[in-house]
Amino acid sequence: MKYSVFNLLRQAAQAHQGWPRQWRDPEPKASYDVVIIGAGGHGLATAYYLAKEHGIRNVAVLEKGWLGGGNTGRNTTIIRSNYLWEESEGIYEHAMKLWETLSDELNYNVMYSPRGVMMLAHNVHDVQSFKRHVHANRLAGIDNEWLTPEEAKAFCPPLNISPDLRYPVLGAALQRRGGVARHDAVAWGYARAADRLGVDIIQNCEVTGISRGADGAVEAVETTRGTIKARKVGIVAAGHTSVIAAMAGFRMPLESFPLQALVSEPVKPVFPCVVMSNSMHAYVSQSDKGELVIGAGTDQYVSYSQTGGLHITTHTLDAICELFPMFRRMRMLRNWGGIVDVTPDRSPIIGKTPVPNLFINCGWGTGGFKATPGSGHVFAATIARGEPHPIAAPFTLDRFRTGRLIDEAAAAAVAH
Amino acid sequence: MLLIPCPCCGEARPELEFRYGGEAHIARPRDPSALNDEQWADFLYMRTNPKGMHYERWRHVHGCGRFFNAVRDTVLDRILMTYKTGEPPPDPATIEAAKEERR
Repeated sequence: MKYSVFNLLRQAAQAHQGWPRQWRDPEPKASYDVVIIGAGGHGLATAYYLAKEHGIRNVAVLEKGWLGGGNTGRNTTIIRSNYLWEESEGIYEHAMKLWETLSDELNYNVMYSPRGVMMLAHNVHDVQSFKRHVHANRLAGIDNEWLTPEEAKAFCPPLNISPDLRYPVLGAALQRRGGVARHDAVAWGYARAADRLGVDIIQNCEVTGISRGADGAVEAVETTRGTIKARKVGIVAAGHTSVIAAMAGFRMPLESFPLQALVSEPVKPVFPCVVMSNSMHAYVSQSDKGELVIGAGTDQYVSYSQTGGLHITTHTLDAICELFPMFRRMRMLRNWGGIVDVTPDRSPIIGKTPVPNLFINCGWGTGGFKATPGSGHVFAATIARGEPHPIAAPFTLDRFRTGRLIDEAAAAAVAH
Repeated sequence: MLLIPCPCCGEARPELEFRYGGEAHIARPRDPSALNDEQWADFLYMRTNPKGMHYERWRHVHGCGRFFNAVRDTVLDRILMTYKTGEPPPDPATIEAAKEERR
């Protein structure tokens, strides 16, 4: 059923008892043209674009838990495209363009809200680095502007720009088109739209092995719900990518770290934008429900536990209280961790693997949510054609052998 | 926060005293120029990143200052045992024994 004012009124007249399920819960078939491992935002988007733009509808998305239950449901929902290098600007800006029309495209309100993302500079190095980013972005036609501390405070009134701060605010880089979206709605919207095009979303189905034929090419995936044959397989497993790659017999340049976030009690609208502080390891925005959504840094060690050390969040809250004194008496409701797969150059890996017909989309590290539509779009094209989409071409696994790295360590919002 | 027994100081101390040093037992090749690009990339970038038992390096920066190795379960975040740099990686039986001892 299409979501529209007409259907809303019609359902309202029936006390909302007639809404259908948003997606089916099918049994896995014996074989598919494409199997996607991982039903997070990126995996579901991949399946959606495979069905919609490439006509490949015999697709299954396998998920060991429930869809959108991993990093898609755990991130702080920030969207921006002000990265340093052309390759990154290409893919993140591609995603940004898709965000702008995504709710219409999916007939699902993803609550995309371009309210501005402001990154604070606290020392001379920050100032120089951010100004370099601003100039690089403007040359590439991407909006990003430099603000003085006073202009930053005018844009975000709760900000403390006192020179007495331990790390005073010396300025800020602002991307006005940046913002947030509802992360669950992104997963649900893609799931519903993909399901309507015939994609099978199979939850509670953990991949336990990858079978390869005599020629080395991938033939099937072994799962907790039986063997599923596939002509092509795409791994979109975020933190667990190394585990799946090991099943197929190769190693990845990835390390999985816990990244934590927390939310406060809900309050009235007090915070107009997204503020990030790399140097003080904190970022914050306010959700439409009224909670402050706060992101912390990664723990220092490799882990799959989906929890992190409390000292990491404490450190972040110290920074939040210093930057926004009015939040000092806010109470935090919940905190959690997600497992992020980090590459040596902090850029993603999208493309082919050493195994024929096995494709991979991973390494989004601490900032994958913003790329969800763009990532799915170019990865679907890569799987369909068997060759990298032009935007995805620089992000090969092979770059670690050739040395053509895309070093975005400075652009990543979180200190690693 | 992890509680890490430093094999040099002989005492379990909070994680804040330590700095993580990545996967252990990755030796720098003696003659890098003899390697092809594949092997060099393998040394520089490829990591085991296992879900389960992980051999890793730590440095007691706010203590004795020394590097040492640890075996940790990456699902439970529990340090199973630590040992000094230069010692061979313990085999699974030794780790199991150490696990029993800590229980």
